Amino acid sequence: MIGLEHYLSVAAALFVIGIFGIFVNRKNVIIILMSIELMLLAVNINFVAFSSYLGDLVGQVFTLFVLTVAAAEAAIGLAILVCFFRTRGSIAVEDVNVMKG
Amino acid sequence: MGFADFAFYLFAVTVVTAGLFVVVSRNPVHSVLWLILAFLSSAGLFVLLGAEFVAMLMIIVYVGAVAVLFLFVVMMLDVNFAELRGEMAKFVPLAALIGVILLMELALVFGTWTGAENATALRDAVTPALEDTQNTAALGQLIYTKYIYLFQAAGLILLVAMIGAIVLTLRHRPNIKRQNVLSQIYRDPAEQMELKDVKPGQGL
Repeated sequence: MIGLEHYLSVAAALFVIGIFGIFVNRKNVIIILMSIELMLLAVNINFVAFSSYLGDLVGQVFTLFVLTVAAAEAAIGLAILVCFFRTRGSIAVEDVNVMKG
Repeated sequence: MGFADFAFYLFAVTVVTAGLFVVVSRNPVHSVLWLILAFLSSAGLFVLLGAEFVAMLMIIVYVGAVAVLFLFVVMMLDVNFAELRGEMAKFVPLAALIGVILLMELALVFGTWTGAENATALRDAVTPALEDTQNTAALGQLIYTKYIYLFQAAGLILLVAMIGAIVLTLRHRPNIKRQNVLSQIYRDPAEQMELKDVKPGQGL
């Protein structure tokens, strides 16, 4: 029988992979954004697992909101990235320092 | 081991492997494809948990919209990814250290956590029995009544994100000929054409 802990372990592994990805790909913003998506996916798995095992639908409702914010964040992040690429001709994150006011 | 258990392990292993490949793969296009695989198998996990609506939403929103958005941007930007990847090995020890520390912290919680005694009494919206209402209908009844304001706020967030993305990426290039509808409408056909009677051998 699959218990709650099984799902929580999957989510924990996915979250750690997301963090690992942010630190490994420090130059590539696209992969960093994807790592953030992975972390949000891990959070969603936690929400739905608890929702299912406690019999409370609010967890799934909250998952919808996390999904909304994740989609909005990806759209804005990629828009900023496209903007940055147009002005700088590269997406290396170290160059972002030049945006300092 | 029943079919559900087998499906869980299949999906769980796929999610974690795909997540790992998203992070370490050399080509960003491959990363996006692995991300799609991770989303699809997590949708499978949600189906196993009885959350069909969230599973379908996962496929429609993440695979259909977010991943395709990533794919567009990766393919549209002409970036030399090999150059960005060059120094990846330099960061691996630090990243692995942080990952292992975080994993150990989570493992410490893993064996010892217990649920609150009155957790079931604190439930805000108890899942109705499957015979009464299905998952999607139950969620809809909850979203459109109790959480209607939060739902509207989520819509507002999406609207702001949409406008923001358009404003950020829109640019007017000056040297491009554009259609001017107003001037087209206001053209007078009588002034635009003139009939000339050309005599043979003379020209105009």
